[in-house]
Formats: sequence, structure tokens, C-alpha cells
Amino acid sequence: MKRRNGNADSLMTKAGGELDDRFKLARPARVLMNKVFPDHWSFLLGEIALFSFILLLLTGTFLALFFEPSMAHTTYEGSYVPLQGVGMSKAYESTLDISFEVRGGLIMRQMHHWATLLFMASMLVHMMRIFFTGAFRAPRETNWLIGILMFWVAFFEGFFGYSLPDDGLSGTGLRIMEGMTASIPFIGPWASAALFGGPFPGDSVISMIYIFHVFLFPLILLALITVHVGLVFAQKHTQWPGPGRTEHNVVGFRMFPNYVMKQVGFMLFIWGVVAAMAGLFQINPVWLFGPYEASVVSSGSQPDFYVMYLDGLIRLFPAWEFRMAPYFTLAPVFWPGIVGMGLSVLLPLLYPAIERRFTKDRGHHNLLQRPRDVPARTGVGVMVIVFWLIGVVSGGNDVFAETFDISLNAMTWGGRIGIVVLPILSYYLTYRICLGLQQHDREVLAHGLETGILMRDPDGRFYEVHQPLAEPDEHGHTELEYSGAPVPKKMNRVGALPPTDKGFFKSIEEPSDNGGTSRDEIEAGHK
Amino acid sequence: MAASAKRRRGWRKRLGALARFTGALVIVGGLYSAFAPSLYAQEAEDNAIDSEVVKGQELYDTSCISCHGDNGEGVEGRGPSLIGIGSGAVEFQVNTGRMPMAAQGAQAPSGEPVFTEEEAEWLGAYIEYLGGGAEVPDDLEILVEDADTAEGGDLYRVNCSSCHGFAGGGGALSSGAHAPDLIGVSDEELYQAMLTGPQNMPVFADNELTPEQKADIIAYVQYIVNDDKDPGGVFDLGRFGPSTEGLAIFLVGISALLLATLWIAGKS
Repeated sequence: MKRRNGNADSLMTKAGGELDDRFKLARPARVLMNKVFPDHWSFLLGEIALFSFILLLLTGTFLALFFEPSMAHTTYEGSYVPLQGVGMSKAYESTLDISFEVRGGLIMRQMHHWATLLFMASMLVHMMRIFFTGAFRAPRETNWLIGILMFWVAFFEGFFGYSLPDDGLSGTGLRIMEGMTASIPFIGPWASAALFGGPFPGDSVISMIYIFHVFLFPLILLALITVHVGLVFAQKHTQWPGPGRTEHNVVGFRMFPNYVMKQVGFMLFIWGVVAAMAGLFQINPVWLFGPYEASVVSSGSQPDFYVMYLDGLIRLFPAWEFRMAPYFTLAPVFWPGIVGMGLSVLLPLLYPAIERRFTKDRGHHNLLQRPRDVPARTGVGVMVIVFWLIGVVSGGNDVFAETFDISLNAMTWGGRIGIVVLPILSYYLTYRICLGLQQHDREVLAHGLETGILMRDPDGRFYEVHQPLAEPDEHGHTELEYSGAPVPKKMNRVGALPPTDKGFFKSIEEPSDNGGTSRDEIEAGHK
Repeated sequence: MAASAKRRRGWRKRLGALARFTGALVIVGGLYSAFAPSLYAQEAEDNAIDSEVVKGQELYDTSCISCHGDNGEGVEGRGPSLIGIGSGAVEFQVNTGRMPMAAQGAQAPSGEPVFTEEEAEWLGAYIEYLGGGAEVPDDLEILVEDADTAEGGDLYRVNCSSCHGFAGGGGALSSGAHAPDLIGVSDEELYQAMLTGPQNMPVFADNELTPEQKADIIAYVQYIVNDDKDPGGVFDLGRFGPSTEGLAIFLVGISALLLATLWIAGKS
């Protein structure tokens, strides 16, 4: 047998040359591989959403092979005893079959569901990062808009997926959505009838939302994600202010090999977390819920967490019905359901424009802001989070009441008062905390670091020695500009002491060579 | 002749009266003896129950009387009348520790029973003696054995799940009342609860759910509580549904991945 000459390197070069000859890949590949990304943990949150979306496509394809989106009536004859002989739709039957008959079907279903929750949760966390650091400012407003749109497309995509199995719980969710739709003035009843093909529940809604769920909405999401990520490439990533970082450069690591390696590792880690959760935690046990019947509403019925705040708003809103007899009745659910959801879409979309109106800041920004440096925005953000959290808790208020032995009525009234009072209170508190943190930064810049060394004057006065960060003037003050970058707060941050131990599982501290005294020797000396 | 005939007529007349009298006595006596033995026999049985009723009354007078009144007629604002509720209701409330109630509240919580099962039976006998009431059938065990779990599931979802939840985990009612979870509840207690409607639970009398249907429901509840082994994972997250699932994705999923981002971004 003839042995080939040459090594792997020359083979790669040859293959690369051949490919470039045909497809002209060298130039774009070089640009891509040399693209620089700044490194910070908070810049990886959006990737969690991206990679869980890919996992959703993979697991969803598997489920689509076995799911039957039909509301045709059938009688269950599968292996789950308490449902044998029970009449149900084919959609619910095929979901039971995926859970109990299809090999690996249950873990796939559970991975799909956990990945959905992770997708939505990571989008929220990513959105919070973008908001609190001001990354949505010019020139990146478009990407903020796309992000908000993606969240709402995913919101409905998730809700549709949750409704597909046609089980008792999801049918209750659909019923609430039907009620919200029907509450829209004038067009409501028509819209509801169009959606359900007549009176609820009809016999067509599952096959309709199936096409939304597996085709239309994923396609929209895919397109939006492509533009979203493409814009991050084109506009370059934002970075934190710091040494050497300006509005006009990007300091970080190259796409290849650093970032590619990190991203692939991170993707596999995310998938691993989802798979582990799907194996450990039972999610959406549809076989316990039974087939959907319009007369059955269980206690403790909640939507998935990303819909829960809307449910909470509906539960908290007073039963105010507006009537103009005999022409017109406006159901109370219209205000929290339709107006509440509409504002939840609209206000985030408009936020960059609103903020610019107040700040009159029209410049381009590539440097991020620390939350403490924009107290008003941080306050608004915390306000929204508190409002959302009270909504979520109220969405599960019956479960809370039952678990913690609280009266359900007390939960409702607590939520009603809390959702008005607490956001305002939290805005004020956050604003003051931000100013306090700024104040401390400025103090360190003016007076230096606290050393922890107390001195006593001959006249009896005690004072703490401060380490100035620059050459001080005759009053001991330093004229350092406040620039919104992190300020060192401990002596070891400025190299006066060895850095704090960075080991995760075991110590990786090395003996310092300043004077040859290691930590062990110092400790031995004290004994 | 006339005199003797007269005498004879008088004698025959007296004899006839005696015969009629004897006949009447025989009929009355016969009737009496036909009915009297059963009365005597029942009284003899009553004596045996009597001792249970008496013991029950003694317990009642020390532990229940302050809220339910001298003769179980109830006390306004404290406790309802117990006339006609039957021994099943008494045994359910006492054996689950709901009665005697420690304090007035939205609802008596279940707990450690104060009385033994025997004492609960005496109390039940006393209340039964006061006014009768619905009872658990003796062949409940056989009924449950022959029950149709799937049928029970249908009935459970329509009649029970709106308070006790899909998975029997219980649920909140208004003003601090709640429907308890159904975990570890015996067949008999489930039947008693359906039959008598304790606390805030409605009564499902035999004309609403037949004894067979009640047995179906019992079979279904015992299946989902004991035999459904949560095939979806090691942890069932309390079977609370999306509320605990949402908590888990943040506490487990997002937390783990935030640590991962710190780790990955830290390794440069």
C-alpha cells in the first residue's frame, strides 16, 4: 500500500485553496474569524436564548413526527390505565402516545417544554441586561425593537405550543384567551368566532394553531433572529467602559479560535442543562389533566410563567363592567387582558424614543452605562420588574394561598394594593441606592481607598489612612474624573496586596515574590 | 220447665260469653305474642347499643357539647346541629383530627386525632341515636375493587377537580378556606367525605353520585395519588403545574447557566 506524503497542515491549505477557488470564501471567512468580541459574562445571556431556540427546533421536529393536530373524536386505548376508554381528541391521544408509547417521546416532550421556559426566561434576563446598561441607545434602537418583537412572537409561539395537546389545563388557557378576544369592543365576538370556527371550542382551532406553531411563527422568529444577530455583527458589540476602551474601538477576543470554542462549549452546556432538567423534573404531566372538556376547570390552573403576569392582572383587576344598554357591554377582562397586553407590547417598543426625549441625547454610544450612573432608568426598570413579579405571583395566587396558608382574598387585596404602591416605592428606593453607590465611587476617587489602618494623633484624634489613587494636592484630595467605570474599592484591587484567591474548587493562589514572604510564612510568624 | 229452661238459657248465655271472652283473649294474646317477641328481641339488642350510645354521650358531654349543644341541636354562632348527620360524618371529622376543633376559624384543619377509632364509633353511635343519617355501605371494599378507574377519572374531573385540583393536590377557596390534598386518605374517609360534605365541601348524596360512582372516584384518586409514579422525572415539583415549573427554570436553569457564563467569561 502506498503511503501518502505530506502532513495535515498542507492538506488543509490545499483544501482551503480549492474551496476559495470555487466559492471565494477567503475574504469573508477572514473577516468573520478575526471579528473581535468583548468578554463579559452578561454578554452571554442572549446566547442562552439562541441555543435554546436551536434545541427547540430539533426537539420540536421530533415531536411533530408523532403529533396529530386534529380535534376529531377518538377513544383512548393506550397504556395509561385511568384514561382507557375515555373519549378525547386525536391531538390529546397522540400527546399521550408520545408520552407513553413512543420511545424517548416523554423526554423529548419534556426537553421541548423546559427549553421553551429557558428560551423565554433567558430572553427576559437578556432584555434586562440590555435595558439596565443602556445598550439600546443609538445606533442600536432597531435591535431593541426586534428583540421586543421576538419576545412577543415567542410569547404566542409558546402559548400555541402549550395549547396543542388539548388537555384539560391547556383548554382552560385557550378558554381565557377566547374570553379576552371576545372582550374587544365591536370586533371581539367576530374575531373569536373566526379563530374557533364558531362557538368555543369548535373543532378546528388545534389544526389552525398547529400551523402557526410549527411553521409561521418559527419562521418569523428565525428571520428576526437572523437580523438580530446580523445587526450585532454589523454594529459591533457594545463594551463596558474601562482602560483602553473608547466609543470607537472594541477590545476583546477574536471570533476564532476563542469565541467559537466558548460558544460551542456554552451551547452544549445549555443543552446539557435542559436535558438534565427534562430527566429530573416532571413538567406538564398532561395525563393527569385529562382531555379538555369545557365544563372542567381545575383549581390551581396556571399558564406557563411568561403568560402568568397577564393572568395575575386579570385576577387582580376589579370586576368593573361598562354598559351602554342595550347596545354595548365592555367586559372587565378587556382592561387587564387586551389593554394590559397592548401596553406591555407598546411601552417597551417606545422606550428608547421616550428616554431620548427626556435626555436629549442623540449621540452614538458603543460604551455601556452602569445601572447606578442612570438612576432614573434603573428605577424605571426595577419598577417594571416589581410590577411584573406581583403580576406573576398573583397569577398563581391560589397556589400561594394554599401552600402558605394565606387567605385567597388577602392575596388578591395584597396584590391590588401592592401593584400600585410597591413599584413607586421601589423606584424611589432604587434611585436613592444608585445615587449612594455613585457617591461612594466619587468619594474613593477624591479621597482614596480605605486601608483599614486606624491612626491616632497625639491630640487623641482617630482617623483612617486612605490610599489616594493619584498624586494628591495639599488637602489630600485627588482630582480624578468620574467616568462611569468601576472604581477599585479594596487595596488588593490596586496591587497593594496579592489578589484574592481565584480558585473555584481548590486554591490556585501562588506565593507572591514581594520580599519573599509567603502567606504560610506570615501566618507562621504570628503563631 | 220454664224456669229450668230459663236457667239453662242463662247458663248457656254465660257460657257463650265466657267462650267469646276466651276467644277474644286468645286473639289478643295471640296477636300480642305474635308481635311482642320481636319487640322484646329488639329491646335486647338496643341494650347492647345502649352502652355505646351512653359511652358516646359521655364523650360528647365533655368534648363536643360546648359548641354543638346539649342534645346535638347546635349553638348559634359556634357549631351546627348534628341531628341527622349520621355516624359517617362524625367518624370522618373525629378520625381526621378535625373535631374537636381547637379554635373557631375559616375551617377546621386536619391533624392528629384526639379520640381513638373506637371512641369515634361511640360518638357516632350517639349522634346516630339522636337522629340517624347517611352511612357508608358495608361492602365498600368490594365496590372499590370492582370500580372503573377511567369512569372515576371522568367523574373526578367534573365533580372534584375544581377544588381539589387535577392531581388531588388540593386548592384554595375563598376567605382562608381550602380544599385539602387527597394524599394518604383512606377509601372509607373519601367515601365519608363525599357522602357527608365536611367543612366547606358540598354533599354528594346517593342521588347525585351513586355508591358505585363514589367507588369509581375513590379508585381513581387512589390511582393518581399512589400508583401514578410520575414517569416524567425524579421530582414532580409538587404537581403544582406551571407555577413551580416557572420557579424551577429560574432557580435551576437560569442559575446554573449564569454560573456557566461567569465561568466561561472568566476563562480568557
